[in-house]
Amino acid sequence: MSRTFFDIARRNLQRNLFRSLLAVVGIVIGVLAISSLGILGNSLTLSVTEQLSTVGDSLTVIPHTGTGAQFGGGMTQEKITERQVQDLRRIAAPDPVIPLYSTADRIDVGSQRGVVSIYALDPDDLQYLVEADQGILLRGNSGVLAGSQVADQFDLKVGSQVWFGDGSTERVVGILKERGLGFDIQPDLALIVPIRWYEDREDPEGYDQVIIKVGNLERVEAIQDGIDERFNRRETVLDSYSSTEILSSIETVFAQISTFTTAIGGISLVVAGISILNVMMMSVTERTREIGILRSIGTLRSEIRQMFIYEALMLGLIGSVLGGLLSFGAGYLISLLVLQTTQYLFHPSSLSSIALGMGFGIVTALLSGLYPAWKASNLNPIEALRHE
Amino acid sequence: METVTTSEGPDLIRFEEVSKVYPLPAGDVVALDRVSLTVRNGEFIAIMGPSGSGKTTLLNLIGCLDVPTSGRLMISGRDVAELSDDELTYLRRDTIGFIFQQFNLIPLLSVLENVEYPLILKCKDRSACGLRPNEVLKAAGLDDERLYTNRPNELSGGQQQRVAIARALVNDPDLLLCDEPTGNLDQRTGQGIMELLSRMNREGKTIIMVTHDLGIAEYASRQVRIVDGRIQEDSG
Repeated sequence: MSRTFFDIARRNLQRNLFRSLLAVVGIVIGVLAISSLGILGNSLTLSVTEQLSTVGDSLTVIPHTGTGAQFGGGMTQEKITERQVQDLRRIAAPDPVIPLYSTADRIDVGSQRGVVSIYALDPDDLQYLVEADQGILLRGNSGVLAGSQVADQFDLKVGSQVWFGDGSTERVVGILKERGLGFDIQPDLALIVPIRWYEDREDPEGYDQVIIKVGNLERVEAIQDGIDERFNRRETVLDSYSSTEILSSIETVFAQISTFTTAIGGISLVVAGISILNVMMMSVTERTREIGILRSIGTLRSEIRQMFIYEALMLGLIGSVLGGLLSFGAGYLISLLVLQTTQYLFHPSSLSSIALGMGFGIVTALLSGLYPAWKASNLNPIEALRHE
Repeated sequence: METVTTSEGPDLIRFEEVSKVYPLPAGDVVALDRVSLTVRNGEFIAIMGPSGSGKTTLLNLIGCLDVPTSGRLMISGRDVAELSDDELTYLRRDTIGFIFQQFNLIPLLSVLENVEYPLILKCKDRSACGLRPNEVLKAAGLDDERLYTNRPNELSGGQQQRVAIARALVNDPDLLLCDEPTGNLDQRTGQGIMELLSRMNREGKTIIMVTHDLGIAEYASRQVRIVDGRIQEDSG
């Protein structure tokens, strides 16, 4: 039985082909907007989190530098003492705790001169943070490691000689693998020197930063609580940031951007919905007499409703399928233009954007068809029959 | 009065003091004023009267398209005032065939599909009930099967009315309601349609027909004349 109503709905759409096509185009544009903006948002999120998440999970502990410090106020400190590091080791055990100095210096390599970041680290801790691409990681109390971008910039190779600002010199023993942006340190953009070499020269008051590599993700919070309990009970002395925390807040921001762009796409779908509503209302008015005939020869109200809902569904379905197919193309183009890569196009979350767009397209069409269907089914058959 | 003798069963239609009032801003319009009328199985009735006399209102009430304002209207032993919209629809679908002046075929459906449509409404499985659309079309005088796949607007007026009659007959209803069935046809074609309706009546269908054409009314066995919402003359 519903096949007959389906046929009537289909033929009515064909009878007003141009009008139906315009309604379909509206849905196509709406679905396209939602899907391709969703794909863009997703690709953006994916590309950023991929760059950020290579580090694994780490807690970064740095001295709290509140406004009090600038006015010489109270206990606020700017370094982390050896005693505090020992406390951190107790809190974090058995996870490794890595204290480090972070500074910058002028260097000369051959005829090139520049300023680079320098990290001073215990050679035993290096394994937790970096990998050597060429040469070896530091051993003992001499030598220097070059981050991948520094190596490129100064044309460094294993064995190259680096002159520091104070006139001392060291040889490059290893070039590091590129690691990408991190929350703890940025080795790509730095030189790494042995911690004792640095302490012998500078005699620093305390460490600039401590990194705790947390083996078990579930312990991150417990360690942070332990740090707060030990150091920050009366006032904040040490700040700790977990990479998952930062990552999730970045993801939240991107998800919001994604939602926002999807909402913009949604507006175009609302417009499409209104155009379907308009088309269907015209159809109800034009077919008033036909509806009267159908009612008089025994068609139920619910069956008239069904007929009109089929029409709306068909517009929505055709529009959504076309829109979904086209969003691959649009997503491809947008990704290529904005991100210069299309590697995230077939990622499940991008595909789910297309599904979402198509789902919204169908639902919008259906909702737009409800009122006309209700209107058509409630026509008085006598008045409808008299309608010219 | 030969038709009366064939009907020993219950009356098909019984109006008891039925009034129909249309409320309008300028005052209520009384379309039917305490009409009592009984239609027995197998009758062929012509309802006549000037325009605005209430004959179309009478037909709409019999056709379950409308319900009385007051009084009681029984169709096939059921009080229409007690029926829901769906039940009225089922009554129309299963026991009444409509034949209109304007033919009122569905332009989106082919000739055969138009005839099949009420059958499909009634029986989800087409083979289970009703008559065969092809045979009904032939019985209605549309022999040329090549026309069956055409759309209604590709047929002549007389052919369209025959399709409409086939559609009215396909669910094998007890009652045919005809509103000026020849009003849009030339005289010769009209006569053909009337002969078809007479034959349907002889085969057992009760027919109620609204017309203002005296010549057409003569095909009926009983003439009812309505003026100002009241029955003025009833040959039955």
